[in-house]
Formats: sequence, C-alpha cells, structure tokens
Amino acid sequence: MSSNAITVPGVQIDEKPWVDTLHEWVTTVDHKRLGILYMLTALVFVVLGGVEALIIRIQLMHSHNDFVSPEVFNRMFTMHGTTMIFFVAMPVLFGFANYLVPLMIGARDMAFPRLNAFSFWLTAFGGLLLYFSFLGGSGLYGAGNAPDVGWWAYAPLTARAFSPGHSSDYWTVALLVSGFGSIGTGINIIATILCMRCPGMRLGRMPLLAWLNLVMSAMVLIAVTPLSAAQIMLLVDRYLGGHFFDAQAGGSAVLWMHFFWIFGHPEVYILIIPCFAFLSEIIPVFSRKPIFGYPVMVAATVCIAFVSMSVWAHHMFTVGMNSYANSFFTITTMAVGVPTGIKIFNWLGTMWGGKILFKVPMLFSIGFLFQFLIAGLTGIMLASSPFDWQLGLSYFVVAHFHYVIVGGILFALFAAVYYWYPKMTGRMLSERLGKWHFWLFLIGFHLTFDLMHIPGILGMPRRIYTYEPGRGWDTLNLLITVGTFVQVLAILLFLANLVISYFKGDRAGNDPWDAWTLEWSISSPPPAYNFASIPVVASRRPLWDLKHPEDPDSRYE
Amino acid sequence: MSAMANSYPQATWRLPDRGKVAMAGLIIAESAIFTIFVVAYLFYVGKSLSGPTPREVLETPIFYTICLLSSSLTIHFAAKSLARERVGAFVCLWLLTIALGGLFLYGTAQEWHRLIYEHGLTISTNLFGTTYYSLVGLHGFHVTAGLIMLLIVAIFALAGRVRAEQSRRVEVLAMYWHFVDAVWVVVFTVVYVLGR
Repeated sequence: MSSNAITVPGVQIDEKPWVDTLHEWVTTVDHKRLGILYMLTALVFVVLGGVEALIIRIQLMHSHNDFVSPEVFNRMFTMHGTTMIFFVAMPVLFGFANYLVPLMIGARDMAFPRLNAFSFWLTAFGGLLLYFSFLGGSGLYGAGNAPDVGWWAYAPLTARAFSPGHSSDYWTVALLVSGFGSIGTGINIIATILCMRCPGMRLGRMPLLAWLNLVMSAMVLIAVTPLSAAQIMLLVDRYLGGHFFDAQAGGSAVLWMHFFWIFGHPEVYILIIPCFAFLSEIIPVFSRKPIFGYPVMVAATVCIAFVSMSVWAHHMFTVGMNSYANSFFTITTMAVGVPTGIKIFNWLGTMWGGKILFKVPMLFSIGFLFQFLIAGLTGIMLASSPFDWQLGLSYFVVAHFHYVIVGGILFALFAAVYYWYPKMTGRMLSERLGKWHFWLFLIGFHLTFDLMHIPGILGMPRRIYTYEPGRGWDTLNLLITVGTFVQVLAILLFLANLVISYFKGDRAGNDPWDAWTLEWSISSPPPAYNFASIPVVASRRPLWDLKHPEDPDSRYE
Repeated sequence: MSAMANSYPQATWRLPDRGKVAMAGLIIAESAIFTIFVVAYLFYVGKSLSGPTPREVLETPIFYTICLLSSSLTIHFAAKSLARERVGAFVCLWLLTIALGGLFLYGTAQEWHRLIYEHGLTISTNLFGTTYYSLVGLHGFHVTAGLIMLLIVAIFALAGRVRAEQSRRVEVLAMYWHFVDAVWVVVFTVVYVLGR
C-alpha cells in the first residue's frame, strides 16, 4: 500500500493505509488511545440511550398516546437506564481517568497496559451483548426481545416464569461482563496512582483529579462486586434451578433489592466523584486561583465514599422496612449531604475573589454548581422517609435523579470535554458553538427536569406507559417533551462542534488555558511515551513553579 | 522540566510494588463478592421449606481443612526459599502446596458426591442446597483457579526457569493463595459451625 504515500518537497511522509490504523487502534495498549476508545464507545451508546429517552418522551407527550406499545415502553425505559449508567457514564468516566491520570501524575502509562485493554474490551463487548438482545433475546420461546424488567430488575420479574426467553439473561451477562471490566480498571487506576507517580509527586501533591479517581476506584472494588455476586446468584436461579430470589421456595425478593442497592447507591457516587474531580481542576484554572481547601477536599471525598456505603436502603423506604432501618438510612442519607456541601463551599471559595474567565468549560462548571445543589436539596427531601412514602416511585424521583445525572454529571462531563479536548486532539473547540450548546442545553434541561418535579407531586407514577386526561399532567408532559427536543438540538450542536473543530479548530498548543498540571507541559496530542524525561515535581502546581520561578508554590507548601 | 528537576533527590523516591497493590485490590473486590454470598447463606439458614437440612447431612471436613490451611504455610516458605535463592527447596514446597490444594479439592468432590448420591441434595433441592453449593462452589472455583496458576509456575520451575528475580511475582501469587485459605476459614465457620 506504499502507493498511498504523499510527497512533500524535501520530506517524505508515508500515510498508513486505514487497515493498519484500525489494527493499531484495536490492538492498542496505550492509555491515551484506550481512553479515547472508552469515550467513543460511550458516545455511541449515548446516542442509543438518547433515542430510547426520546421514544419514552414522545409516548408520554399527551394522554392516551399510542406511539409505542406498553411492552416496547417497558423495554425502552429498561434499556435507557441500563445503557446510560453502565455503557455511557461508566465508560466515559473511565475514559477520562485512563487518559488523564497517568499524564497528571507524570507516568508513561497505566500500571498494567494489557489489563487496561482487556478491561476496555470487556466493557465494549458487554454493551454489544446488551444490544444484541434486540436480535437474540426471544430465544426459542418467542417471548419479548430486549430486557423489560427495569434497570433494577427486581425479583420475581426476572424469574423464569415471568421472564421467559433470554432477555433477562442478556441483561445479566452484559452487566456481569462489563462489571468485571470495571473491576479491572478500578484495580489498574489504584495501582497506577499508588505505584507510578513521578519523583516528588507525594500523595499530598497529587492533583485532586488523581485523588478523587483513587477514591472512585476503591469504591468500584467494593460496590460493583456485590452486583456481580447478585448477578451470579440470578444466573444460578435461572439456569441451575436455584432459589435465591424464589419466594415460593422460601427465597426473598427483598434480598435482591438489598444486593442491588448496595451496588446501586454507591454507584451514584462512583459516577459523581470523577465529576467533582473535573470541577476541582477546571474551576481553579478559570478563577486564576489555586483550589481552596485541598486537604479538606480530599477528606470530604473519602468521607463521602465511606458514608455512601451505608445509605443504600433509602431506595427501599417504600418497600416497607422497620422503623429502625428507616431512621438509620434517613440519618446516613442526610449525613452524606454534609461533606458534599463542604465541596460546594470549597469550589465557591476558589471562585471568591478570583479573576473568573467565563469560557465554555467554566460556564458548564457553574451550571453544575447550581444544578447539583438543587439536586442535593431534593435528595435531602427524599431522604426523609415519610416524605419518600408519598413521593417515592413518582416522577418527583425521576426528576431528582435526572437532576443529578444530567444537571450534575453530564454538565461536568461537557466541561471536561471542552477543557481537555485541546489536549486530546491538538485543536480548540469552537467557543461560539460551545456557547450556543451551553445555553440551549441549559434551557432544555430546565424545561424538562424542573417541570418534571410537578407531575410527580401531582401523583404521576414512574414507568407508566400512558395516563388519563384531566389529571393536570398533560400540559406539563408536553412541555417536558419539548424540553427534551431542545436538549437534542444542543447535543447535535455539540457533536457538530466535535467534528468541525477536529478539522478546522484553532491550534491549541501545549497549554491553551495557562493551567498548572503536568498534562499541559507536553505537546497536544501527547506523544505515545507521554514524557521524554520523567518530570520531577516539588508542589501541587508544577507548571506554576515552572512559569514563575521567582515565586514557586513549593516555597509555601 | 529542568527548573523542577534539581529540587528533589531522586534516589530516595520509593513506591509500592504494583503487583502487590493490584493483588490487594483484587482481594478487596473478591472479599466483597464473598461477603454477599456469606450474607445470603446466613440469611437463609433454617429457611428451607423442605429437607435435607445441614444438621442431617453435613459432616465437618476437618482433615481437608487442615490440608488447605497448611498449604498456606508451605507456600509462604516456598516464596521465602526462592527469595533466598534456594530453588530446590522452593520447587519441593511448591509441589507440596499443589498437592495439599489438590487434596482439598478431592475432599470437596467427595463430600459433594456423598450429598448428591446419598442424600439427594442438589443446588435446586431447597434453599440450603442453593446457598451451600453456591458458597462452597465459589470458594472451590477460586481454589481451582489458584491451582491452575500454581501449576503454571510449577511447570516453569521444573523447566528451571524460575529464579530468585521472579520471587516478587511468586509472592503476589502467594498473596492470592493466602486469601483463598482465609476465605475458607470464613466459609468453614459459616457453613459447618454457625449454619448448623
């Protein structure tokens, strides 16, 4: 294929045939390429999950709608939830961790590059397996295809009698496989951070992003594994005739709920802690001040991780527990708000008196601060068990957790993409398109999810495929759906920005934001080996020290 | 990075061994999995709707437990011998470890055979069967995985390819084996002491 070579006068550059490039990407063990592969995988699944969300919203646009059948509706909300958590949020956050952690701690790769590739492919094939259920789920029985048991998959819905065919098996195995991938990545991130830091990078000097990803990975080890264990038990029930969750043989459906939520609640923190990490890098740079309260930030994160392990049953207030359990989980759930509040104060303290630059990453970060605060407040409301008896399983809850996931996690992810895209591609994302994206998405988000609280308070249960007219839900649901389309428009602008800027964006240079962490000391995109010579650091802001030798941070730490 | 380069004495920079850190991570993750299975076992003790019950059919496998626990000692001394470059002692102790682990698995197989053919207890008989075979089976699976890894090292050792410079890797494997033994202490307590 050497005929493809292009000749520039004086220089001969061989352009590789695309098969070779593809082969390189598929067999890569480079943490940066795997990071990008994680993100691209998430991008594919976010489109799939987004289409499912649109189908749900179109169906609920007005009363007695028959856009899809009830069976399809069940599949859509099951697949939407499962996809967005396991095959969008987890991979994209692992992608960022993969890409950034070695660069930020001055390492040339992760501790175990091949384990890294293995974990990525487990996650990717887990996702493929889940979506293959649309083709293979009906098995020999002619039953429904994609999983339709909800993303909690409560027993006994998953029992053979109620879920014939293979749809629940695809769900189980897909999550088991991707769960093993997550555990592999978690172990890898921990080993990288503890064992691969460059000289001088003591734990107390690590960028907060590395610290928070360390805590997140530790949580992955403790919280994802209970789900894997429960999935194994479910497979034993479905294939070997076991009775773990079979109430007719003395088994307990409530035990599945406990096992699921022992995973399910820490999972929220596994997703939000890396987003805290993005904020803790972005807000200081765009406020032109070092982070306020670094040790408190680390302590608060560890505290959140610790407390979040004992809050799971607040998802089960409506199941019916005794009053001691209700009190315990109410108190712990409210307690987890304290370290989270500390973090918000720290970010505000960082901005206070700073010279704030309202670039797109900062806009999304500020959006995060407001929305995450509101999401936290509705969380405190729902933590109170009597209140939860009233509003649990209603659209109020749906609005609450979408406020966390979209208003919090997704906004932080957009901030991170705008901030690190120049490092990954060497090109700046367009500020103009970015501002359009931000404002449109902000309007769409608030139209959808602010209003969604109200039908919940008016009594609209979640997971219903349609409703009667005259309950006061119609106008609100129509506006919610309109908001969804505004968000879709914003996302399309974002995707266009990603593509256009890749070819036509301004050159980024090494350090477009005048930032302070090690990844900005090398070229954009970084070379395969990251650092030509391993850096040596003396403070939390090595690039500040480099740029200001007359007044280095190391003098004060 | 030259401005920063001279400020830190590079020779004193020590970090933990990544193999051991990763194995510790794996052990934490595995512990969580076993915890869930143990919780399920304890939750369902005495809740079976039909027989046989643990009191009727279980016999405490004291001999095979001693085998497995003593294999922790042999692998410890095997790793130590390798670090001191006494390869012959290493190979002997390593093979002894494999033999003890294999004996334990044989004990489990015999027990299962007896339960299935004499008492008619299978994984689908009742809740005791489901939880017992799952928990003991999960542990047995880990013993088997460990034995396979030990065997691979044994093959290399007999081919003369394992030397003192590999002792850190061997120690990582020994960590896993100690974990498998420690889990058996928990499983033994839960199944044969508390569960009856």
